[in-house]
Amino acid sequence: MSAINPDQTTAARLAGMMRAPEPPRVDDPVTKDGSLVEDPSVRAPLVLGNRTFNDVTETVCGYIEKGPGRWWMPAFGLASAVASITGLMVGYLIITGVGVWGLNNHVDWAWDITNFVFWIGIGHAGTLISAILCLLKQKWRTSINRAAEAMTIFAVICAGMFPGIHIGRVWMAWMLFPIPNSNAIWPNFSSPLLWDVFAVSTYATVSLLFWYMGMIPDFATLRDRAARRLMRQGDSAPTLPIVGVRVDQLRALIYGLLSLGWRFSSRHWHTYEKAYLMLAGISTPLVLSVHSIVSFDFATSVIPGWHTTIFPPYFVAGAIFGGFAMVLLLLIPSRILFPGMKDLITLRHLENMAKIILTTGFMVGFAYAMEFFVAWYGANAYERDVFIYNRLMPPFLAGEDGKYAPYWWAYWTMIACNVLSPQVFWIKSMRQSPLVIFIVAFLVTIGMWFERFVIIVTSLHRAFIPGEWGMFYASWVDILTFVGSCGTFLTLYLLFTRFLPQFAMSEIKNVMPQANPHWEGYGHHGHGHSTGAAGGSHAAHHAPQAPKEGI
Amino acid sequence: MANKKIYKTESGELVYGVMAEFANPAELSHAAEKVRDAGYTKWDVYSPFPVHGMEEAMGMKQTNLPILVAIMGLSGATIGFLFQYFVRHLAYPIVHQAKPTDSWQVLIPVTFEFGVIFTAFSALLGMFVINGLPRWNHPLLRKDRFLGVSDDRFIIAIEAADEKFDAQGVKTMFEKAGATAVELVTEEADKPKVKAAH
Repeated sequence: MSAINPDQTTAARLAGMMRAPEPPRVDDPVTKDGSLVEDPSVRAPLVLGNRTFNDVTETVCGYIEKGPGRWWMPAFGLASAVASITGLMVGYLIITGVGVWGLNNHVDWAWDITNFVFWIGIGHAGTLISAILCLLKQKWRTSINRAAEAMTIFAVICAGMFPGIHIGRVWMAWMLFPIPNSNAIWPNFSSPLLWDVFAVSTYATVSLLFWYMGMIPDFATLRDRAARRLMRQGDSAPTLPIVGVRVDQLRALIYGLLSLGWRFSSRHWHTYEKAYLMLAGISTPLVLSVHSIVSFDFATSVIPGWHTTIFPPYFVAGAIFGGFAMVLLLLIPSRILFPGMKDLITLRHLENMAKIILTTGFMVGFAYAMEFFVAWYGANAYERDVFIYNRLMPPFLAGEDGKYAPYWWAYWTMIACNVLSPQVFWIKSMRQSPLVIFIVAFLVTIGMWFERFVIIVTSLHRAFIPGEWGMFYASWVDILTFVGSCGTFLTLYLLFTRFLPQFAMSEIKNVMPQANPHWEGYGHHGHGHSTGAAGGSHAAHHAPQAPKEGI
Repeated sequence: MANKKIYKTESGELVYGVMAEFANPAELSHAAEKVRDAGYTKWDVYSPFPVHGMEEAMGMKQTNLPILVAIMGLSGATIGFLFQYFVRHLAYPIVHQAKPTDSWQVLIPVTFEFGVIFTAFSALLGMFVINGLPRWNHPLLRKDRFLGVSDDRFIIAIEAADEKFDAQGVKTMFEKAGATAVELVTEEADKPKVKAAH
């Protein structure tokens, strides 16, 4: 390393031939990777390893330009094979009819709507991280917002599929939208199901705009790197195997088109930041409204177990809870598969998210308790029975009448995963251990699926009259459609890690200490420069190194 | 601007302006203050991220985008409300639970969604319009040094279209302000060199 001219190093890095050197990893017994600073007067560093601006660019772009590693292709192959099951199952459903699912006259909503609410709930974390944490000026969001926003879009795609296919005659799905037609029939605007159509499609659109807007500067970075490599490598630039197009030419073209000619102008940044803030401001009520409206689908009905005023805040808290769990499920393996990420997603980031899981887990637990309280206090016999004999009562605790809840195992799985499992985060070492966080996040994801299953199926399977009681058993098509939707989600996420910047580079650079013009490393205000080498060399003017400890 | 000067290089190329590179955000801010105080109007600062306090250092005016977005958002909500009212009360009234078809309360959720979608689109598209994007070609984007801005470089460029522009004067000012490199930018700037640099 020492023998190489710094200019050559930079040239090699720019040419995509060399990765930025790994810094020595600090392993402090207290602060672990250096981010778990206990002293409240010390701000924990958001980027570790004395990284320069260039290192951030190299880390993030390197995984796109050189590929994520050998694991990607097999992982993608497996995920897309699972995703293709979705296509088969949906095709089979459309050809045959909804009878291939386990739905029946008693339980007429089941896995379809469970999966819909499950995925749309997961889709809430992205906008929460981008919008609400942005308004609250939580700087740690910058390393996780891009991945979370991507995850949001993919989860909403998975969610959007289910209402579309559960309507029976799929070719009539266009009637969900208020489109003038020859029958002069318009949708019913007083139905929460129609509000849902608007809420989910607005949410998908705004999340996409938000995600794209954040990526514009990063697309420009990828474009410029490709253009510079083309200038340097010329005819020796690598080409695509069959078509013979230079890879970087393709990159410069595609990322260039996507970047809309962004050129990092401060006047542009000014408008950009204003627009971003306004998008964050409007997304905040939006994200809260979407799951509220989803909950109206249930809450405005008269079914005992659904007809509850606590549903909107309860659904929103659950969505944030489940969404953060999914973000952790994706980011913890990412930290291992993309080693350079450990400097950007620190243990502190994981710990913060674990704390959010604990908090929202409490909110959800409170909602479960409050539902019971209201069922008792409301003195409605139907509602009380739904809670006790449709959900809670296990057979071994049944009274002399022998009544018990056939779905008790689903209810108790939900309680164990959502209320009990996050309690380990009270212990500091637990919420600082990626493995423990991953396990809890996995349990929470299972628990949140069961929460929707409990709400939908246990309320429906025994409604008012015993004559309309019946059980729901999932068919193989039900199961494989859900498995397929997980594959679709993973496939889209893997494509994202391969071709799009996984971090908001400009935002991360902005929270690094040396981004501040008043950083102590720059000396006193108003003094001229003292750099010896005038002009020319690129390597000579690297941004100064960050201090070892955070500022 | 009747007697607008047109700058050309010795080889007859139209001059876009002069750009200078600075070592870090601190140097960049100081230099921006100097350019602002010198009274230039057509110039810009380029940095990989929005540098804190740059609006002030450049003497920028607040953008009108929020007003535009507010107007668009409220119009969107109004359109959404009137549209639903038309559908529900006039085009296809459905009476259920003996409720009036012209009640406004049930129209609120979709009205809100209309407002949100108009706000979001006008914020993004308004930002593009105000910034003059998309613009896929720019004299600066042809400069190798300039492309480093998207990584870790900090550049100020003054356009030849500025009334006070004078290539030599601008260069001297940049050098005094601590520029690490100063370059002339032409409209038909250098074609990409098909040769390894250095």
